[in-house]
Amino acid sequence: MNEMKKATRDGFGEEIVLLGKENPNLVVLDVDIGKSCKTGAFRKELPAQYLNVGIAEQNGAGVAAGLATCGKVPFVVTYAAFGSMRMCEMIRQEICYPHLNVKFACSHGGVTPANDGASHQAIEDMGILRTIPNMTVIMPADYWAARKLVRAAAEFDGPVYLRFTRDAIPVIYDESATFTIGKANWLREGKDVAIIANGDTVRLALEVADKLAQEGISARVLDMHTIKPLDTEAVERCVREIGRIITVEDHNILNGLGSAVADVVAESGRAVLRRVGIQDQFGMSAPYERLLEMNGVTAAHIAELARGLMG
Amino acid sequence: MKEQLSLQQMKNTCVELRKNIITMIYKAQSGHPGGSLSVAEFVTACYFRAMNIDPKNPKWPDRDRFVLSKGHVCPAQYAALAMKGYFPMEVLDTLRKEGSILQGHPDMKKCPGIDISTGSLGQGLACGVGMALAAKMDGKSYRVFAALGDGECDEGEIWEAAQTANKYRLDNLVVFVDYNNLQLDGTCDEIMPLGDLAGKFRTFGFDVYEIDGNDMEQMMAAMDLALVVKNGKPKCIFGRTVKGKGVSYMENQCGWHGVAPNEQEYKQAMEELDRQYVAC
Repeated sequence: MNEMKKATRDGFGEEIVLLGKENPNLVVLDVDIGKSCKTGAFRKELPAQYLNVGIAEQNGAGVAAGLATCGKVPFVVTYAAFGSMRMCEMIRQEICYPHLNVKFACSHGGVTPANDGASHQAIEDMGILRTIPNMTVIMPADYWAARKLVRAAAEFDGPVYLRFTRDAIPVIYDESATFTIGKANWLREGKDVAIIANGDTVRLALEVADKLAQEGISARVLDMHTIKPLDTEAVERCVREIGRIITVEDHNILNGLGSAVADVVAESGRAVLRRVGIQDQFGMSAPYERLLEMNGVTAAHIAELARGLMG
Repeated sequence: MKEQLSLQQMKNTCVELRKNIITMIYKAQSGHPGGSLSVAEFVTACYFRAMNIDPKNPKWPDRDRFVLSKGHVCPAQYAALAMKGYFPMEVLDTLRKEGSILQGHPDMKKCPGIDISTGSLGQGLACGVGMALAAKMDGKSYRVFAALGDGECDEGEIWEAAQTANKYRLDNLVVFVDYNNLQLDGTCDEIMPLGDLAGKFRTFGFDVYEIDGNDMEQMMAAMDLALVVKNGKPKCIFGRTVKGKGVSYMENQCGWHGVAPNEQEYKQAMEELDRQYVAC
């Protein structure tokens, strides 16, 4: 594994400039949180395609809807907590219902805004948005995944929610990696247990797979970067071929990746599932790694669950 | 230059619009007559005087846009669209029925001529601001007309959008405030006092034209003025109106916000409206 660390919000900030230069209809819409969400370069290089509506998220979503009806491709940029919950009804009514081509690029997903405390930690966002018809919900696992998936979202016609990390996380892909919205990336093949993760926890899944390999347990690892539409075919293969599945996410275990996978597993009725993630509790100001630890989102805990599943 | 309708013709078009509103709500036995009637002059002035539109080409990129922020009064917009030829008049009979293009609240994907889906109050103005911004960004001359309810101005998003219109100097945006002073649960003064609502828009950077919003002559004059003044300021036509205007028993009655007339009431409404035609 490459030891380099980079925040996925930086991947967004770099790729969006390239995309803006390629497509003059692409617009970045900030709500006075652009510096933190890495739109600085876009603002500087493409001022005619840049808007800032101030600390007014609901209006930001509505303005984006109006822009989209006139052929613009707006990227609304904010923190995950606000881009999902403060804008939620506008996203539903004005963007998802009429299926408008608006993207939400949200930094500070999960517990990565660690020191900011619970108000800024978004543990519900992906679950809330995946309930809305027509919405696509994505969380890239690293810098390169972020760049590629931002590009894929820009090329996709319809509403997309992209969730990035505040903190730098290990780079696990390289420039040649490919991504398709709605299709999991198969990172490790294995036959004993399948670990399905997304976002900043994919690197944990890989770490666990390495650890288990030393014990003779072979783990399949999937990067389920898109939780909606879910790659149900990939989950069904894990059910059919392995039958032991662990999901890992930096999100509430309710309604996120774990729940999405559980839907498929429950209907198949032929696999056992363990969900690792935020334990339906608010966070606090604390180091990022500590917050994950408080919720059992650690390599040690995941490995223990895997051993348990092996009986 | 397209031929303009005379004041008398505009007044009669508005009577026709009101009759269509009442008829479609009567046939659906569901809908919102009160606010549909109070906004009728503005809708008529937009569709039959001000807007550059092509009913045969509803998605013409350079068309003027119409945003019905108070989406529940869509019978007024549907009537105008049918009268302009966006779809056959008979379609009005399908309002709120299963499979209809005329949903209970406007749906841009189902109904030709609807520029944005609305229905959740407070959200339309921001969408209109986005459309007007797109025109400015692209150097295009199309304008955006948005109809707001007074009660709807309780919503904070209206004021967020108003700030944005001011910041980006959207003089291609015409906002109509349908100030009938009645909302669902009571009068605006009782439910949530709006204070000097016209003054608020002025403070937010709008050119405000205060008129009797049910007086066609004043409506036409305000509209014409709003469209020629290019000073970087968004426009607000602040219309004092009567909820239920044109049907005596509905006027100023909170109870007629979202109720359909029965057969007898329908006949009376039609008779009253028929008497409102003026000689041309």
